[in-house]
Amino acid sequence: MNETQIQLDNITRTYQVGEEKVHALDNVNLRIEAGDYLSIMGPSGSGKSTLLNVIGLLDRPDTGNYFLNDTAVTSLTEEQQAKIRQQTIGFIFQSFHLVPRLTAAENIELPMLLAGIAPTERKQRVEKVLHNTGLSDRANHRPDQLSGGQRQRVAIARATIMQPQILLADEPTGNLDRKSGEEIIEVLETLNTQGISLLIVTHDPELGRRASREIKMIDGKIQSELHNKQSP
Amino acid sequence: MRIFDTLSFTWQALTFAKLRTSLMLLAMSIGVASVIVLTALGEGARLYVVDQFSSMGSNLLIVLPGRSETTGGANPSAFIGETPRDLTLDDAQAIKRIPSVKHLAPIVVGAAPISYAGLEREVPVFGSSQDMQHVIKMSVAQGQFLPETTFHSATPVCVIGATVKKELFKNARAIGQWLRIGDRRFRVIGVLASEGQSLGMDMDESVIIPVISAQTVFNSPSLFRILITTEDRDTLDKTKTKVLNLIKKRHQGEEDITVIRQDAILATFDNILKTLTMAVAGIAAISLAVAGILIMNVMLISVSQRTAEIGLFKAVGASPTLIKNLFMTEAIFLSLLGAFCGVIIGYLGTLGISQTFPDIQFITPWWAHISAVVVAVLTGVIFGILPAKRAAKLDPVEALYKR
Repeated sequence: MNETQIQLDNITRTYQVGEEKVHALDNVNLRIEAGDYLSIMGPSGSGKSTLLNVIGLLDRPDTGNYFLNDTAVTSLTEEQQAKIRQQTIGFIFQSFHLVPRLTAAENIELPMLLAGIAPTERKQRVEKVLHNTGLSDRANHRPDQLSGGQRQRVAIARATIMQPQILLADEPTGNLDRKSGEEIIEVLETLNTQGISLLIVTHDPELGRRASREIKMIDGKIQSELHNKQSP
Repeated sequence: MRIFDTLSFTWQALTFAKLRTSLMLLAMSIGVASVIVLTALGEGARLYVVDQFSSMGSNLLIVLPGRSETTGGANPSAFIGETPRDLTLDDAQAIKRIPSVKHLAPIVVGAAPISYAGLEREVPVFGSSQDMQHVIKMSVAQGQFLPETTFHSATPVCVIGATVKKELFKNARAIGQWLRIGDRRFRVIGVLASEGQSLGMDMDESVIIPVISAQTVFNSPSLFRILITTEDRDTLDKTKTKVLNLIKKRHQGEEDITVIRQDAILATFDNILKTLTMAVAGIAAISLAVAGILIMNVMLISVSQRTAEIGLFKAVGASPTLIKNLFMTEAIFLSLLGAFCGVIIGYLGTLGISQTFPDIQFITPWWAHISAVVVAVLTGVIFGILPAKRAAKLDPVEALYKR
């Protein structure tokens, strides 16, 4: 469990906002081991989401090195990065990002569809996941017919259907009421105990404290890291 | 991504945005349909003209007096004023003795008043021989055509067109009646079947009498034309040379006639109308280009509306190539479907026009179908590239976090 999965060395990412240069990430160093559970906290604009996007290969750092499973991924082409994203990384968003015209089952199936997996296998895996998440009776509903909690459960099922090693969640409970939020976090933590690395960006201090590693960011820098005792 | 999945995914995306999709389909099908209908019109006109010519027989030679050449300048004849030598009945007689000549009809044309029982009408009067019936394919509805006689026998008989019969005799029997043409009397021996227009000559409106009689009526010894048919097309050129040589010999070494192959005229008309059809098709193709631009526009809008979706696709591992392919598939799918609808609409339109004008056969040439569909798909591809590339290049972070 203790091999380094993600290694960020001196990662910098700047944005041009009007005349000003904004350091979304300023010399960030971070090591994450397989199966880690991190929460990333900080005020708005502190670079939390940018950090998540750089790790998820959606954003490219300006300088610095990023090793993912000992591969220097920053120098890869977009096509190669897409491949890695497909197989290693799952994303969960605050606003779910479900495709409105597709049913719950079709949304979960989407990554496999794009990856070109055979229809029979797709069907089997979707059915299994639907069953495990208790969404079987919602399989043929479109997102607008689902509650927020159900939508996020569909999104989690979609993010994990390709069996990734890393799960990146950006404010996963931000659009949910307390009860559904709690359920979602439990689902995510269960996945973490099964070996998946979990990174959660959040504003909620209570949520932040649940993670074994609690990272605070301010102005693009990692300000502090707390090691919490894992609550079972 | 598998091909079948790509197609069904595209289908799902297209059917979800029904209004957008149907607008694009409409534009594309109008383009394709107009190519098909307009080429059908052009081709119909061409076939009509060709058909009119071939009703006269394709192994036809037309002999006319005069020579197309430039005269004048310092030549003294320019001051005297040279007129072409007339073609005469004797010339016609001589040409008829050429072995490869099958039918020969000397033609005299003029307008003359004809009258019967107090009704008078001014009509074109043709003077010819029995062979005219074979040279210009005409059929006789009642009675018979001109009898087989020498060119010089002035039998006082006439064959009248269908309209003339109706105007002068109403429903009464015309055969055997005497009719006045100019200041001479002719007995009606036949009525032509109504054939409509034949290249501007309305035979329904005319009267045919023996050639020598026409020369007397019009008081002129010259012929307007001599029409010749040969056994087959192969002997046309040989016969043409023989006719030219013969008349040259008869006209004191002066080559003062022109011999035209009828199929040469036909070919010219055919070419002109083919070019016209192409031009019309080209104009219609512009509407295809317009449809293409519309598709590009709507696809661009679609890309910006589906920004979040594209960002998500990238997040779940879709490569830029895959996203480009998805949008290209959508554009091609649209244009193919549009082309298909267009072919059907065009076909129905052509059918409608054919019903309205049953005389003319409107058929879209095969190349118009194929090129319309090919152009439609090409437009889809060309105008699909820009939106697809834009989608592929979309920054996923911006796409996902845009509100």
